[in-house]
Parts: sequence; C-alpha cells; structure tokens
Amino acid sequence: MLSSQPKALLKAVDGVSFTLGAGETLGLVGESGCGKSTLGRAILRLLPNIQGDVIWKNQNLITLSPNELRQKRRELQIIFQDPLASLNPRMTVGEIIAEPLRTFQPNLRNHDMKKIVQDMMAKMGLLPDQINRYPHEFSGGQCQRIGIARAMINNPELIICDEPVSALDVSIQAQIVNLLMDLQREKNLSLIFISHNLSVVRHISHRIMVLYLGKVVELTDRDRLYANPRHPYTRALISAVPLPDPNKEQKKKHTVISGELPSPLNPPSGCAFRTRCPLATDVCAQKTPPLEQIEPNHWVACHHWDESLKIAK
Amino acid sequence: MTNKPILSVENLKVVFKTPEGPVKAVNNISFTVNDGEVVGVVGESGSGKSQVFMSVMGLLATNGTATGVIRYRDIDLLGLSRDKLDKIRGRHMSMIFQDPMTSLNPYLTVERQMTEVLEIHRNMSRTEARQQAVQLLEKVQIPSAAQRISMYPHEFSGGMRQRVMIAMALLCQPQLLIADEPTTALDVTIQAQILELMRTLKRTKSNAMVLITHDLGVIAGLCDRVLVMYAGRIVEQGTVQDIFYNPQHPYTMGLLKSMPRLDVKTDRLQTIAGQPPNLQHLPIGCSFADRCQYRQDICISSKPEFRQIAPQRYKTCHLNF
Repeated sequence: MLSSQPKALLKAVDGVSFTLGAGETLGLVGESGCGKSTLGRAILRLLPNIQGDVIWKNQNLITLSPNELRQKRRELQIIFQDPLASLNPRMTVGEIIAEPLRTFQPNLRNHDMKKIVQDMMAKMGLLPDQINRYPHEFSGGQCQRIGIARAMINNPELIICDEPVSALDVSIQAQIVNLLMDLQREKNLSLIFISHNLSVVRHISHRIMVLYLGKVVELTDRDRLYANPRHPYTRALISAVPLPDPNKEQKKKHTVISGELPSPLNPPSGCAFRTRCPLATDVCAQKTPPLEQIEPNHWVACHHWDESLKIAK
Repeated sequence: MTNKPILSVENLKVVFKTPEGPVKAVNNISFTVNDGEVVGVVGESGSGKSQVFMSVMGLLATNGTATGVIRYRDIDLLGLSRDKLDKIRGRHMSMIFQDPMTSLNPYLTVERQMTEVLEIHRNMSRTEARQQAVQLLEKVQIPSAAQRISMYPHEFSGGMRQRVMIAMALLCQPQLLIADEPTTALDVTIQAQILELMRTLKRTKSNAMVLITHDLGVIAGLCDRVLVMYAGRIVEQGTVQDIFYNPQHPYTMGLLKSMPRLDVKTDRLQTIAGQPPNLQHLPIGCSFADRCQYRQDICISSKPEFRQIAPQRYKTCHLNF
C-alpha cells in the first residue's frame, strides 16, 4: 500500500498481494494510472510511504535498514521505459555499465572491470569497442541494451522491467524481448514485466496480473487469461487490442467500454470498475468485490465473474 | 465521385538542413489517394511517414524543403502562396496529430478554437459557428457538449482532447482527413473508443482518410490500401489484403513477423536484425539491404526502383518472392 500528500490520500496501489517464483515472469498490465509502475517501484522500495510487506527470499525488504537494503539491491534491478533518459548523458557507456560494479566490488582492478563490462556489452549485442561512447550516440534500442547491461552486471536475480519496449519501434521491440527471454533462460532470472501492451505481455509472461485503479482485478496463468478472461475489464482490454489481420479485425465484434479511468483521489464506492462495466448492478456500488479463487490458480475480483462470458470476447 | 485522385504526390523529396549536413527524410516517393478511400501509411520512426504529410499540409519545419509535385485535385500545393494554401488546408483537407495537448492552444477555450475555423473558412457568425461546433462535439460523443465547449483543453482528458481534435478537423467537412498516429498516446480502451469513432467516419464515406501509424493492428482494421515506408521511400504498396496476406518486400514480411500477437502463439519472435540507416549517409544500394536476409550483390551496388508488380501493387526491391 502506498500513500503520499498530506492534503489528500491517493492510494496508487491498494492491497495488492502476489508471489513470484525463481525464473518466472509475472506480467503487470493495466492502463495509465492503474498503479503498475508504482507497484514496481514499491517492490524495490524506491518510493516513500509504503505499507505492507515485500518478502524477498525470506527477508522483508520493507523493514530492512538502508544499509542492508543497499546490499540487497545487488540482487534486485530495474530497467525503465525511456532508455535515453535513464542513462546519465555525461557518462560513457563503459562508466554507466561499470557503476554498479564499482559500488559493490570497489576493489576490482580497472583492467578487470573493463573486461567484465566489454564481455557484458558483447553479450547484449553491443560493440565492445564502443565502450567510450556517450548515450546520445546510440539509438533507442541500443540505449535499452545499455540499460539492461547495467542491470545485469551484478548478476541480479530479479529485474523489474517497467515498459522496457514501449518507446521502441516494432522491429527493435522484438530484439529486446528476445534478449530478456534469453537472459532469463540462461540465468534463471525472475522478471516483473510491466506493460500496457497486451500482446508483448502475453508473449513474455508466465503469469499475468491485471490492475485497475490500484487493485488487482484478475491474476492467472498467461494462457488461461487470454483464453478465458473472467473480469469484464480484462475482457474489454483484450477485445480492445487491434489484431494485425484484416479479416479477423474487420469481422471482430468490438466491445468498446465507455468512459475513462476514475480519479484515484476519489475512487467509486464498491468495485472501482463499476462506472464503466457493462455488468454492473447495485451490489457493485455497495460491496468491494474480494479477489477470489474461481478455479486453481485463477483469481478474479468481480461480483459477476460467472456472467462475464455474456460479454463478447 | 470523380476518377481523379483527391491527392496525388509525385517524386516528392524532403530534405532537412542540419548542422551535421542535409538529412534526406523523404526520397522520391509517389502515390495517390482517391475519394472515399482510407489509406494507411505504416513505418517506423524516421521512415518519413509524417514528413510526407507535413509537406502536404505545408507544415514542414523551417529547415525542411519539399520538392516534387503535391496535387490536391488539380491544385499544385507546393507552388502555392501561404494565403492560397490557407484557403485549402483546414477547409478541404485537415490533419489530426498524435498529441492533442500540444496541438490545441492552451490559452483559448475549445469554443474559440472551433468557432475561429468556421468564421474564417465559412464566414459564419459566432452564434452559427457555435451551434455547428456543439453539433460536431456531440457527433464525436463529448458528453454535455454545450457546456464543455466553453472549457480549456487542460480540462479535458487525453481521450476527450483527441475527440475535440477530430471534431475540429471535421468542422469544414474536409474531403481529405489526415490522421497522424491519432491513438498512439492513448490507453487501449480509449484507443478502442477513438477507433470506433473513425470506423463510423469511414462508414459514412464522406471523405478520404489517410491514417499514419506504426500499429499494424490499427491499419488492418480501418484501411483499404497501405503504403509501407522505410528510410524515406515507399517500399511496398498494395491493398490491405495484399500487404497482410501476401507481403512482397522483406521489410514488410519482417515487420509482420516481429510483432507479438494476441491471436497467434509464437515461441520466439522473429526479428529484423540491425537498425534503420542514417538518413545523412544513405547507402548507394537498397536502404534495407543491411538488415535484409535475402540480400544479393545487386542490392548493395544499385538502388532498386519503385516498380509495379501487379495492378495496384508496387514495391521497391530487386528481388521477386
């Protein structure tokens, strides 16, 4: 849970619980303002005012001292949406990638460090002899590779990927997605993949959590989510993605949900989605639907999940 | 409907002067748009897709120069004085941009921005213009349009602002509507609402539309014909069916395969290796040769022509598939 602002309380993320296994990718999807990035940052304690627990390998990150947390940061890394903005323009690529190494292995000799950095660059598909160049000399896709190299240099166990391919062109997107999947396979990395792009999330994730206004509305395995979405919001999201196939897309019945995301400062009573939901009834305004397990490994927070099949997919 | 295209572009080149030397953003392209047709223009950043239509609207940045011929009906737009161009753009053809916040004037109410157009182009009185503006806002489904018209752009959400932009572009019932990434800045459910609105516009067939986007899904749903652009050239042109089910240029093929899809499961995404060329130093041969898996010697030594391969079907590639 997270709050800030003395005047009003804005719950950006509200009562979210989930687990993540080693080597697993959890996709976080939802639209702007649903709390997906806030959640990603809260897990790493990059934000103030967090309530709740983040248990990382039997240790609660939320209660660790700053020094202890700093040591843990070696295992927990993050990459960001805007690859150029997340790299210091005054540092060379070599310095950027080596910085985490300097922090955690201050005794490493310069010569060895350079070797490690160049090996990492080669692995990321960058040219090792470009080690002395500056970020602005690289394209967006290359900058994202530099960001991933910096995140990978200390052999982390978890990487939070906050919209890592959203700013990239389609052909470059695929390169970065493949790189992340290869790294995961090789190092048994865990990934939390935050994105608004349902097609990319489907491709990379093992399990997917759908957020709406700071709350989990559906959480299940990737295939189940796309084959049998039970929350009306999930159904609407999936239906809203235009398919790159003229015959399918032009024949598709478009279920367009009306309205927009309500203000998180003043969320609707009961179910937050009820103001846009085609299935909403009185109970939705009165009671907040609990996140309930409707079949093994499939959680939904909706009073009417069993009726959601009525909405065309 | 006349047989004459509403828009025809011949041998258009756009060059930007920069401190590092000239950047060739658009390199000799030709195409037409016909009445009632929706043409999709797809390409990645830097492919020149926006600059083509900025040239059409006379909106190139001051360091950019367009040469060639751009005709709206019979009028050559590139040779036109600003005064004469202003009689056409906004009235006969109008454009919607990606970011509605930066294309609306933050100091003026929506009412003032909309009525201005009608007062200038249609000689309407303020009251008439206001009525017409409210009607259009209702048409694009802005709730309580009569009240909201007196608000400022910042009082609208992103999706609503895009609706305002569309309403504004439709004010003079233009015969050509150019939409540059109209849904890219929007969330998917809001994008779906705007696309629904555009489908309605398409159904009425009252005007021709050009839809510039990098999203092949948006193209698939709305367009009749598609131009695929790469490094300032049209690399492939065909009907939406041709482009999606029988692509003939390796770039189009690669683009279609590198997209993760909701409707098809893939184990590993195919990629197009490398990155687009530097527009300051375009290669002698094919601009895509560097990234092309079918590359031959000829692709490196000579530039492929934009050639017809079937009726309504063109490509810029030496090879046949």
